[in-house]
Amino acid sequence: MIDETFVDLSRLQFAVTALFHFLFVPLTIGMTWILVIMESVYVMTGREIYRDMTKFWGKLFGINFAIGVATGLTMEFEFGTNWSYYSHYVGDVFGAPLAIEGLMAFFLESTFVGMFFLGWDRLSKRQHLGATFLMAIGTNMSALWILIANGWMQNPVGAEFNYQTMRMEMTSFAELVFNPVAQVKFIHTVSAGYVAASMFVLGISSWYILKGRDLAFAKRSFSVASGFGLASILCVILLGDESGYEVGEVQKVKLATIEAEWHTEEAPAAFTAFGFPDSEEQVTHAAVKIPYALGLIATRSLDEQVTGINDLEKQHEVRIRNGMIAYKYLMMLRNGEDTPENIATFNTLKDDLGYGLLLKRYTPDVVDATEDQIQKAVKDSFPKVGPMFWSFRIMVACGVAMLGVFILAFYYNAHRVIEQKRWLLWAAVLSIPLPWIAIEFGWIVAEYGRQPWAISEILPTFLATSSLTINDILISLTGFIVFYTGLAIVEGWLMIRFVKQGPSSLHTGKYHFELPNKAEQTEGEQS
Amino acid sequence: MIFDYETLKMLWWLIIGVLLIGFAITDGMDMGVAMLLRLVGKTDSERRTVINTIGPHWDGNQVWFITAGGALFAAWPMVYAAAFSGFYFAMMLVLFALFFRPLGFDYRSKVDSKRWRNNWDWGLLAGSAIPALVFGVAFGNLFLGVPFNIDNLMRVSYQGSFFGLLNPFGLLAGLISITMLVAHAGMWLQLRTASAVAERSGQYGRYSLIAFIVLFAAAGFWVANLTGYQIVSMPDTQSHADPLAKVVTTAQGAWLSNYSDRPWTMTFPILAFAMALSALIFSKLNKPALGLISTSLMLVGVIMTAGVSLFPFIMPSSNNPNISLTIWDAVSSHRTLNVMFVAVSIFVPLILTYTTWCYVKMWRRVTVEEIENNTHGSY
Repeated sequence: MIDETFVDLSRLQFAVTALFHFLFVPLTIGMTWILVIMESVYVMTGREIYRDMTKFWGKLFGINFAIGVATGLTMEFEFGTNWSYYSHYVGDVFGAPLAIEGLMAFFLESTFVGMFFLGWDRLSKRQHLGATFLMAIGTNMSALWILIANGWMQNPVGAEFNYQTMRMEMTSFAELVFNPVAQVKFIHTVSAGYVAASMFVLGISSWYILKGRDLAFAKRSFSVASGFGLASILCVILLGDESGYEVGEVQKVKLATIEAEWHTEEAPAAFTAFGFPDSEEQVTHAAVKIPYALGLIATRSLDEQVTGINDLEKQHEVRIRNGMIAYKYLMMLRNGEDTPENIATFNTLKDDLGYGLLLKRYTPDVVDATEDQIQKAVKDSFPKVGPMFWSFRIMVACGVAMLGVFILAFYYNAHRVIEQKRWLLWAAVLSIPLPWIAIEFGWIVAEYGRQPWAISEILPTFLATSSLTINDILISLTGFIVFYTGLAIVEGWLMIRFVKQGPSSLHTGKYHFELPNKAEQTEGEQS
Repeated sequence: MIFDYETLKMLWWLIIGVLLIGFAITDGMDMGVAMLLRLVGKTDSERRTVINTIGPHWDGNQVWFITAGGALFAAWPMVYAAAFSGFYFAMMLVLFALFFRPLGFDYRSKVDSKRWRNNWDWGLLAGSAIPALVFGVAFGNLFLGVPFNIDNLMRVSYQGSFFGLLNPFGLLAGLISITMLVAHAGMWLQLRTASAVAERSGQYGRYSLIAFIVLFAAAGFWVANLTGYQIVSMPDTQSHADPLAKVVTTAQGAWLSNYSDRPWTMTFPILAFAMALSALIFSKLNKPALGLISTSLMLVGVIMTAGVSLFPFIMPSSNNPNISLTIWDAVSSHRTLNVMFVAVSIFVPLILTYTTWCYVKMWRRVTVEEIENNTHGSY
C-alpha cells in the first residue's frame, strides 16, 4: 500500500531543495549576460570604469554562483536517492538531456567561470571577454538542457513504454529536444533569470544613487540594468503568454486549474482576473472576468473551446478504465503470457497505462478497483485549484509591477533625470524581491500543476519514490533544512557586506570609501 | 545506429570508466589538495598559494563528477537508481560534505578573519576527505555484493544499513581512495607551488604513495579470498536489458578469473604499482611533472583494476545474485546508448581541448610573494 506520509515527505524534500536551488540559478543565468555587456563596453571603449563594473558585479555574481553550484548537486543526487523508481522508469529518456547538460554546457560554464574570476592578469582583454562570453553561453545552454528534461516531464514526447524492460524508452531524440513545451519553457525561464539579474543590479545601483555614492559607477550600472531589464520583462510577459498557449494544447488540466474553469465555457472563454475558487461547490466567488482573454491566450482563436474541469474529469474516467485493462495485460506479459495477441492488445491500450497506475494508491492490483476507487482516482487526477489559481496570479502581479518599474526606469534614465526621481529609485530598491517571488510561484504553477504526475499521464508521483522509510526522509530533510539555513545566512551576510562596500571592495583606490574625504565613513572591512 | 547493441554496451562500460578516471585525475586531485591544505600550508599565505593552484580549475574539474553521475543516469539507469537509493545515507553524507567545497574555495579569502578562514579550511578538508572515503567504501562494497532486491515491476529495494557499508574491506578501499588522491595532489602541489610548500607537498605525497602501495597490495590478496560472482547463463548480449533473466553463482576468488582468462588485463594492476613506484622516484628526484604523470597513470591503473575485476558486474546483489546488475542488463536502450555515445564522442575531445587551454594559460608556480602582492585578485 502507498504510504501517503512518506510520499508527501519525499515531495516536500524535493520541493524544498528545488525551490532553494532556484533562488540562486536565475541570478546566475541573467548576471552572465550583464557581465558580458559591461565587459564588451570595456573592451570596445577601453574605459576602466566598465572593467570595475564587471569586476564588482562579478564578485556578487560569484557569491551567488558558489551556492548555486553547491545546491545544484542536490538535484542530481535526489533523482537517484529519493526517486529511484522514477530513475529506472524514465532514465532511458530523462537521463540523456541531464548527461548532455554536463557535457555540453556545465563543463563550459564551470571551466570558464574560473577564468572569469582569476584570469584578469593572465588573459588578454579579448581573451577574457571570450571567457566571460563562453561562461554565459554555457550557463544558458545548461538551462536549455535542464528544461528539455523538465519539458519532457510536462509533455513526454519521443518515447514509448517497453513492457520487456518495464520502462519508458526513447523513440526519437529529435522529438525530445524539439519538444514545444521545452522550447517555450526555456525562453520563459531564462528571460525570468535576466529579469532577476536586472532587478538586482537596478535595485542596488538605485540604492547607491540614493546614498549619493559612486554616482558614475551606479548610473552606468543602472543604465545597463534598465535597458536589459525592460527587454527581458517584455520577453517574459509576451512569452509567458506563449507558455499559456502551450499549456492549452498539452496540459489542459493545468490551464483549467489555473483559471478555475470548473465547466467548459462557450468560446471564447473569459479570463478570471480575480476571485475566490471554491472546490466544494465548484464555483469561483466574486470573480472578475475579462471577456475573450482566456480563449485568445490559450487557443489563439475566438471559436475554440478551453476545456473545463468537469469535462476533463469525464475524459480521465474513460482513460482510467482503459488503464485498468492495460495493467491487466501488462501483468500477463510480465508473467510470460506474451502471445502476439496479448502484445497487440496491450499496445492499443498502453497510452492509458499511467491512468491505470493512479489506482495503485487504493489497490495494489489495480484491476480489482471498485467504482468508488475509480471515482477517487478521477478526483486525484487534478492538482488542487486554490494553490494553482493564487500562485499564477501572484506571479503575474509581480511581473506587471516589474514591468512598470522597468518602463519608468528606462524612460527617466533615457532622459537623464533619474537622480531626481527618488520615489522611483526607492521603488527599484523595494522591487528587488519581486523577481524571486514571481519565479518561485512560477515554479509552483509548473510543477505542482503537473500533479498527480511525475511524468505527465505516464508515471504517478506516488509511485516514483524510492523504497525508503519515513525516518530516512525525516533525517535527510532535517539535514537539508539545517544546512540550507546555514548556507543562506552565510551567503546573505557576505552579499550584504559586499553590497555595502560597493566598488570600494575592488581596492582600486578610486571609490567612495577609499577617497580621503570619505575616510571617516568607512564601515566595510577589508575584503 | 553506429554500433550494434552489444558493442555499445561494452563501449559504455569504457566510457563510464573514462569519466571516473577523469573525475579522479582532476576533481580527485582537488580533493587531495584540500586534504593536504593544512598539512603543507603553515601560514595563511602559504595556504592561499595551495588553494590558488586549483583556484581557476576546481569548478570545471568538479563537472567530471557531475557528468559521471549524469552519464550513469543516462546509460545505466538501474545502477543509478539502485546505488543512490541503496546507499542513501552514504550519499547524503557525501552531498552535505560536498556543499563545503564551492563555498570554501569561493568564500574563504573574501573575509580577512583568522577564524573565518580556519573554519573554511576545515570545511574544505571535510568536503574532500568524506567524499573520497565514501566513494572508496562504496567501491569496496561492490566487491562484497550489495544487499538489494528487484521485484517484477523493477522496483529496487535495499536491505542493508549505512553502518553495514563500513566493514573492514570497504574501509580498506576507502583508505586506498584517500591515499591515491593525496599522493596525486602531492605531486601537483610539488609542481605548482614553491619552496617550503612544494617540499612538504612532495614529502606527504611520497608518504601517501608508500601507504597506497601497501594498502593496494593488501586489497589484492584480500580479493583473492573474497567470494566473487560469476554468470552461469544469461540471455544474448544483443537482447533487451533485463536484469531478472540470468543465473549467477558465487565462488571464492572469482573476482580474479578475468585475469587468468585474459592475461593482458594484468596490465592494469601492474600499471598501478609501477606508476606508484615511478612517482615515488620522480618526486624524490624533484621531477614533479613526471611524478604527476605517473600518479595520473596510477589512477588509470587503479580504476581499471576495479572495473576489470568486477567485469561484467557493476553492482552484484548479495541477497539474490541472479538479479545482480551487469553491463549487459542494467543499461539503457540501444537508441539512448547510441545518442549518448555520439554526444560523448563530440564533447569529451572538445572539453579536453578547452580545459587544456585554461591550464596552459594559468600555468605557473604560485608563490607566497604573488599572493601577498595580489591580496584581492585571488582566492
